[in-house]
Amino acid sequence: MTTTSATPVALVDYDDAVRRYDPVLGIEVHVELGTRTKMFCSAEQSFGADPNTQTTPVSLGLPGALPVVNGTAVEYAIRIGLALNCQIAESCRFARKNYFYPDVPKNFQTSQYDEPIAFDGWLDVELEDGTVHRVEIERAHMEEDAGKNTHVGGAAGRIHGAEYSLVDYNRAGVPLVEIVTRPITGAGERAPEVARAYVQALRDIFRVLDVSEARMERGNVRADVNVSLRPTADSPLGTRTETKNVNSFRSVERAVRYEISRQAGLLDAGDTVVQETRHFHEDDGSTSPGRVKSDAEDYRYFPEPDLVPVAPSRAWVEEIRATLPELPQARRRRLHDEWGFADAEMRDVVNAGALDLIEATIAAGASPAAARKWWMGELARRAKQSEVELAALAITPAQIGELQSLVDSGRINDKIARQVLDGVLAGEGDPEQVVVARGLEVVSDDGALLAAIDEALAAQPDVVEKVRGGNQGPVGAIIGAVMKATKGQADAKRVRELVLERIAG
Amino acid sequence: MTDLTRLSAARLAELLAAGEASSVEATRAHLDRIAAVDGDVHAYLHVSDEVALATAADVDARRAAGEELHPLAGVPIAVKDVVVTKGTPSTAGSKILEGWIPPYDATLVEKIRAAGLPILGKTNMDEFAMGSSTEHSAYGNTHNPWDLERIPGGSGGGSAAAVAAFEAPLAIGTDTGGSIRQPGAVTGTVGVKPTYGGVSRYGLIAMASSLDQAGPVTRTVLDSALLHELIGGHDPRDSTSIPEPLPPIVAAAREGALGDLSGLRVGVVTQLQGEGYQAGVLARFHESLELLTKAGAEIVEVSCPSFEYALAAYYLIMPSEASSNLAKFDGMRFGLRVEPEEGPVTAERVMAATRGAGFGDEVKRRVILGTYALSAGYYDAYYGSAQKVRTLIQRDFDAAFAAADVLVSPTAPTTAFRFGEKLDDPLAMYLNDVATIPANLAGVPGISVPNGLATSDDGAALPTGFQILAPAKADDRLYRVGAALESALESSWGAPLLARAPELG
Amino acid sequence: MSTISRDEVARVAALARIDLSPEEVDRFAGELDVIVESIARVREVATPDVPATSHPLPMTNVFREDVPTPALPVADVLAAAPDAEDGRFAVPQILGEE
Repeated sequence: MTTTSATPVALVDYDDAVRRYDPVLGIEVHVELGTRTKMFCSAEQSFGADPNTQTTPVSLGLPGALPVVNGTAVEYAIRIGLALNCQIAESCRFARKNYFYPDVPKNFQTSQYDEPIAFDGWLDVELEDGTVHRVEIERAHMEEDAGKNTHVGGAAGRIHGAEYSLVDYNRAGVPLVEIVTRPITGAGERAPEVARAYVQALRDIFRVLDVSEARMERGNVRADVNVSLRPTADSPLGTRTETKNVNSFRSVERAVRYEISRQAGLLDAGDTVVQETRHFHEDDGSTSPGRVKSDAEDYRYFPEPDLVPVAPSRAWVEEIRATLPELPQARRRRLHDEWGFADAEMRDVVNAGALDLIEATIAAGASPAAARKWWMGELARRAKQSEVELAALAITPAQIGELQSLVDSGRINDKIARQVLDGVLAGEGDPEQVVVARGLEVVSDDGALLAAIDEALAAQPDVVEKVRGGNQGPVGAIIGAVMKATKGQADAKRVRELVLERIAG
Repeated sequence: MTDLTRLSAARLAELLAAGEASSVEATRAHLDRIAAVDGDVHAYLHVSDEVALATAADVDARRAAGEELHPLAGVPIAVKDVVVTKGTPSTAGSKILEGWIPPYDATLVEKIRAAGLPILGKTNMDEFAMGSSTEHSAYGNTHNPWDLERIPGGSGGGSAAAVAAFEAPLAIGTDTGGSIRQPGAVTGTVGVKPTYGGVSRYGLIAMASSLDQAGPVTRTVLDSALLHELIGGHDPRDSTSIPEPLPPIVAAAREGALGDLSGLRVGVVTQLQGEGYQAGVLARFHESLELLTKAGAEIVEVSCPSFEYALAAYYLIMPSEASSNLAKFDGMRFGLRVEPEEGPVTAERVMAATRGAGFGDEVKRRVILGTYALSAGYYDAYYGSAQKVRTLIQRDFDAAFAAADVLVSPTAPTTAFRFGEKLDDPLAMYLNDVATIPANLAGVPGISVPNGLATSDDGAALPTGFQILAPAKADDRLYRVGAALESALESSWGAPLLARAPELG
Repeated sequence: MSTISRDEVARVAALARIDLSPEEVDRFAGELDVIVESIARVREVATPDVPATSHPLPMTNVFREDVPTPALPVADVLAAAPDAEDGRFAVPQILGEE
């Protein structure tokens, strides 16, 4: 361990750091595939099972057991590769990455080394303000996850009074795809945002491809973030650090920010950055060095002799390509065009996570403008009040569609619609049911309205005089009285028409 | 009454099928024989009296009920301890696995159980099949039934000695560089290494995955064919298993026994005779060639120049793969756990202490060599180069099989040596396998057929073996030629070779 | 000439997680050397134009259907464990863990 990484350093103010240094990123994202079984054996994989209840001799690494590749996992890996604009290898192999660790049951991880299934791709990531940054993908390869260690404190002291660990191998052998970027340059001060947007874009792609639940909080998606600084964009790459297992979008952004400030501090002080693995701390957003491994990463890779090469036929690759769903970015562009929103409106919709909701609302019959108005207006306000995500509100796009069609047909007005919304959110049923149950239908029967109008005219003869005299200003007083008499359920436009007819009459 | 232990498996099966003997009688006879002679021979590490007798009784009952049974049902068998057997200790001859009882059966064991063969027990072997003398067993030497002061070959000395000493009519061996064929040669028994992928490796405690292959160990060629047919065939749990039916090996053995080899071209490999081969071994080899000629075969000389490099390539590939395969023996999940004598008790240190205490010399030697060969900077020069030699050896075989239908050589360069003679000289020990290793590197099948006795350097008359090699997936040729040679030899001797072995007990 | 020094044997033994006594280190340094020298032969013929062969028989695309089979019973899983607790394997303190 070196002194530079152990001693506390003076963090440089972020803005100052990125003014004087050019950050370069490299991101490795691991995604757990949502196959039913593991990468190399038929043990079921699902979240939250009791410890060691999802193992076979293969995933426990028992003597004699042999791996067999899960064909669906290969298909998912190809899907991911294609979605990231990668080449798909004509032939590739698995390799053994040898290192001793109790959560790796065979003491080697079956991975891919010099022959990944996908390589040379790219992904355009969009920042919140609409800026697009292209991230180049070096490779995406298949491998297996490790088991889970739980550290037990030394107080109980079972093993010579020392601390010990408990190992659960349910996760051992779960299929992973690891996606490795080339150095991400040119992001400058926006490097933390790019890192975050990249990981988020991947997460969205995994979901659309239906290859993973991609739940960050469950560790389905994990990022290792490499950061280095150099004086200018023309300088050679600086020494990088790798911050491991950063497990939320926000943490990715914070970890990059922190490392930039920290490394700038080291460089300002004339120290060198130590190439090392670091850990991110959620509580204060800092990183700290991991322990130095004695084996210095001598993984002794060699081709896995228990498996044969994977050689996806071009026909298979094209078949998979043809069935790829529309990817998030392409979809956003298409919807943007179809809906005709302004750029800023569209960005707000995306950033609010309202894209799916609005699309479904439009599918339920609403106009794009109306759908956006509801979700970005009234509903966004209510979601904010309740401190929940939009999608978590107890109302469906179909219900909003129905609500809007009630408005469009004139059966309720906008003001009543808000009351209907209250009813739906309160669990009183669909909009139609709420309207009926609460008796909120607009009074459109002219006969009923005329009675109320006549009453109001009779009560305010002075207004009638003024209007007849050519001053239409006071007519609002009559309309207000009518609306009051009909408890707001009358169509104000129609009331106005009838009042004027009556007075003219 | 017939001594049931002296019969071939095929003959015993006939008696069982005809109701002239029961499986319980046959099994008990073998258990009695084991009790009588295994104190001297030490072929077995574990004898499963109760389980074997229960299987036998079950087979007898099913036969009595008129059930259709496998032709070998009721014929007892011994299984090399490198093969995992559910509920029965499986140590692979190592202290590190002392007392380990696997929770699952190897595929070939499943097949043996399904066919109703009582498993008499597990046979001794060099630790993790590393050796050519069985002196590297952690559980003591197995003695050659022909001379108890001599080695029975290795690694499968236990299986060969059990069959030679009439302690079992059938046994399972495994062959990575000659571990079935060389013990066969020095004990006067038949041993077959099938085509790589012909018998499932699922449940064989792996030494070198790309070389390991299980096969039959018997006293007659027909018995090997019968057992091979039982344990062979495609297994979806082994990715390297050949997805095709076996060739007609039993028919080939029966046809060969008729003694007509007209039109067969037998290739004598120039590089597998001469220097290093005992004079008596070569004399028996040439006599056997004459018998084949008399049976109608044409002898041609073929050259395989790359075979010179086979041993060197083998001693790179085998330890490299073994170093990784044996990593799982670390004291964390099963088997021995040893804590360091001093200093902190960490997982890393417990692993090293366990492996230091649990592995024998030869295993340590090979694991260290393999780790070295794969470690940073050496891969291409070592493992990578060895894989190229493999290509050259395959090309030599291709050319040779264009000129000849089978290739032949002495199986081992010498007859059985005395204990300790080569123990301190690993390279001399490795030379035992010089004739058998090329088949493992190329994946082609090979058989060793006892072809007489030769006078050793110190004056003892000891068995020699005749090796026949065939192209991949043409295992039937081994049986045709092997059975023809066996029948010609036995006619000339008037009895099987083992009839000349000394009485034991 | 020794190709593998004592230090190299010690380094590799540490990488392979095998405690060796000083006597073993000495012995293996001598023995491994003989083997390594003999192995230099391989390089005589392993020229760049020769492709490597990893498997005796060429096969590709051996896949399994993504269909679960029953797991090993937990009792079987832990039966051979040197130490277990709460359905999990108990192992000594792991350095490098956070």
